Amino acid sequence: MGTQTIEEKKVAQTETVNVTGSDALLLSLITEGASTIFGYPGGAIMPLYDKLMDYKDKLKHILTRHEQGAIHAAQGFARVTGKPGVCFATSGPGATNLITGIADAYMDSTPLVCITGQVFSALLGTDGFQETDVVGVTMPVTKWNYQVTKAEEIPEAIAKAFYIACSGRPGPVVIDVTKDAMMNKCDYSYKRCKYIRSYIPEPRVNNVQIEAAAKLINEAKKPLAVVGQGVILGNAEKELLDFVNKSGVAVATTLLGLSAIPNNHAQYTGTVGMHGNAGPNIKTNDCDLLIAIGMRFDDRVTGVVAKYAPQAKKIHFEIDKAEINKIIQVDAPVLGNVGETLAQILDYIQPKQYPEWLAEFKACDKVEYDRVIKEELHPADGKINMGEVIEVLNDSAKGDAIICTDVGQHQMFAMRYCNFNSTRTWVTSGGLGTMGFGLPAAMGAQFGCPDKKVVSISGDGGFQMTMQELGTIAYNKLPVKMIVLNNNFLGMVRQWQELFFEERYSNTPISSPDFVALAASYKIEGETVLDRSTLKDAIERMYNSEGAYILEIKVTAKGNVFPMVPAGASVSDILYGDENKK
Amino acid sequence: MNQEFTLTIFSENSIGLLNRITIIFTRRKINIDSLTVSESALKGIFKFTIVVDSTEQMAKNLVKQMEKQIDVIRAFYLTEDEILHQEIAMYKIETSSLLETNLIEGIIRRYNARILELTKEYTVIEKTGHKAETQELFEQLKPYGVLQFVRSGRVAITRLKKEHLSSYLENLEKEHRDPVTV
Ligand SMILES: Cc1ncc(C[n+]2csc(CCOP(=O)(O)OP(=O)(O)O)c2C)c(N)n1
Repeated sequence: MGTQTIEEKKVAQTETVNVTGSDALLLSLITEGASTIFGYPGGAIMPLYDKLMDYKDKLKHILTRHEQGAIHAAQGFARVTGKPGVCFATSGPGATNLITGIADAYMDSTPLVCITGQVFSALLGTDGFQETDVVGVTMPVTKWNYQVTKAEEIPEAIAKAFYIACSGRPGPVVIDVTKDAMMNKCDYSYKRCKYIRSYIPEPRVNNVQIEAAAKLINEAKKPLAVVGQGVILGNAEKELLDFVNKSGVAVATTLLGLSAIPNNHAQYTGTVGMHGNAGPNIKTNDCDLLIAIGMRFDDRVTGVVAKYAPQAKKIHFEIDKAEINKIIQVDAPVLGNVGETLAQILDYIQPKQYPEWLAEFKACDKVEYDRVIKEELHPADGKINMGEVIEVLNDSAKGDAIICTDVGQHQMFAMRYCNFNSTRTWVTSGGLGTMGFGLPAAMGAQFGCPDKKVVSISGDGGFQMTMQELGTIAYNKLPVKMIVLNNNFLGMVRQWQELFFEERYSNTPISSPDFVALAASYKIEGETVLDRSTLKDAIERMYNSEGAYILEIKVTAKGNVFPMVPAGASVSDILYGDENKK
Repeated sequence: MNQEFTLTIFSENSIGLLNRITIIFTRRKINIDSLTVSESALKGIFKFTIVVDSTEQMAKNLVKQMEKQIDVIRAFYLTEDEILHQEIAMYKIETSSLLETNLIEGIIRRYNARILELTKEYTVIEKTGHKAETQELFEQLKPYGVLQFVRSGRVAITRLKKEHLSSYLENLEKEHRDPVTV
């Protein structure tokens, strides 16, 4: 102990020390294990930024080019590491620039601790310069938020913030700190928060529920499990695998559940939802038991609710009791952390196999292949399809890369065709569907997993929403691999215009800069691919490049994602896209 | 089928919680018919009483959404037969109209109302009861000219011996001897 520096003593809280609020805040972050902060400075948060210089060896601050970039990076970081993402922004516009990311993290249950600077407490409520009611504005999109106006409140507020963000169903937390609270002195000592009387993060597992669910599973003839992100958030991948292997059930994932189970597993049948696979969507309305695991029946998953698996008994494994019967009424809710509940139910279920039931999915796969996939992946001629790109990327990545996407058609193609071997390798904006998410999220993922290959896949529209982060990528020498699938359209919206608005392409054709030249101005390597004959080599070059690399791929202008469950239809009413050709 | 529900919410005394609770209603376009807040029998724990017209399924979901708020300890939804409830109403009339006729005095007696204040210019009458009752008194006084009228939100108490919350908190404390931070 004798060799501890004063800083270390503070961190180890071996003594109560008198420090500024800013010191207290940074020491609190260090004690919580934070090491990387994404942010952007400004007037109200300057005292905190000043003190950052004193903790450089323990806290790495990444200056992004926009606060939206900072928060999406924090989200990417959190999604791949399982640790909370931390970001800083100043008051007013700095804080409001975070909102999209906070809302996104709230929808997708991503643990974040956002620190916003605020005007001096004496100015609160007076419309001071850069004063925004951040607590008010973020209230509907945070799991918890709190305004600190006194330095001495800081350690407890940060302790609560981390506890709340990470426990139970995770989510974003905002701590708004007035400038005087950062500057004033306080006695600092740190106690981690482990209990809040009014907050029960995980309902206690109830054996009666486990047994009731097990009984349904043991009696089922055609069981289908739909796996959501809850499994990943609960670190329950192993428990899921054991459950799946023993029970023999067919398994599908939601968009965010991808990578929770390797998609070459024999019982894996694909993804559910609007652009998911035919098999699990059709069989949702044919199974006799639907086992929802850590998912929340989003309308993009259920289609029209009244026609969602009306024939099936339903089990819902879920940590958040507000999700039970919110949308779909279930026969057997199983409350608790899925890691615990899946482990416990294992003893009650009989080992089974359902070869005939699984064969029914294979039959659906065949139809999907013949009517959609074959033409998508192996077209005779014409421009490159988005699906082809993903398929070729699989050859290089072999299911081991971290794939981050933006929002649109390319996202759905990535969901449909990417291979995943291990968990937390898929980062996409699900519930909010935020364009501009992909590139900064990939950046954050790369900071979180410096030894992994991180590939971002974007459309030409979404890339332009946050492409200023090329600056952050270049400055930090991040080896992020960027694929821009350029169809000169806001593709997903164009697809809907084609299908539901009589091909009236209102404001969906979009022009772009020369992406490769743009990247070059940041000294980032890249190339444009026009022709399928050069695609494979180009992807390999990108994948094996040392540093960052951008690959702009010119793809079919009017490609469509199929199959599709149109909004308002039943999940088994699937469009394959060839209906008019017949 | 819509029905009247009384929601009771027990919470910590935290700034902004009222906002978080009302957002749950406004997001779903549900009108709050009445709302009152006060400290409960348990020190430091506040009780919200909210009246809504909704389906039972919605009332259940609202309660779960409220319990999801970090500072909410417990929330319940109750039907008419599970609670005793009251509202208070005040009516201001011109004292001259009170003096002109003895009919008003009769009304006050019949409705078990009382006079709170009487000045040369005006008289304030008070009545507690259910909304229908205070409304009826309003209708009776109307012909004589009601200068001002106000009715409070509902306060409600369950027909159980103790607050739902007490035993819950006792159990909670047994499990977690350490308060707030460890
Ligand atoms: C911030 C934001 N604005 C608008 C939308 C609506 N939207 C969804 S997909 C899409 C088109 C995306 O186009 P592009 O990025 O080119 O990708 P593509 O669909 O062509 O793959 C739009 C505009 C959105 N999801 N997010």
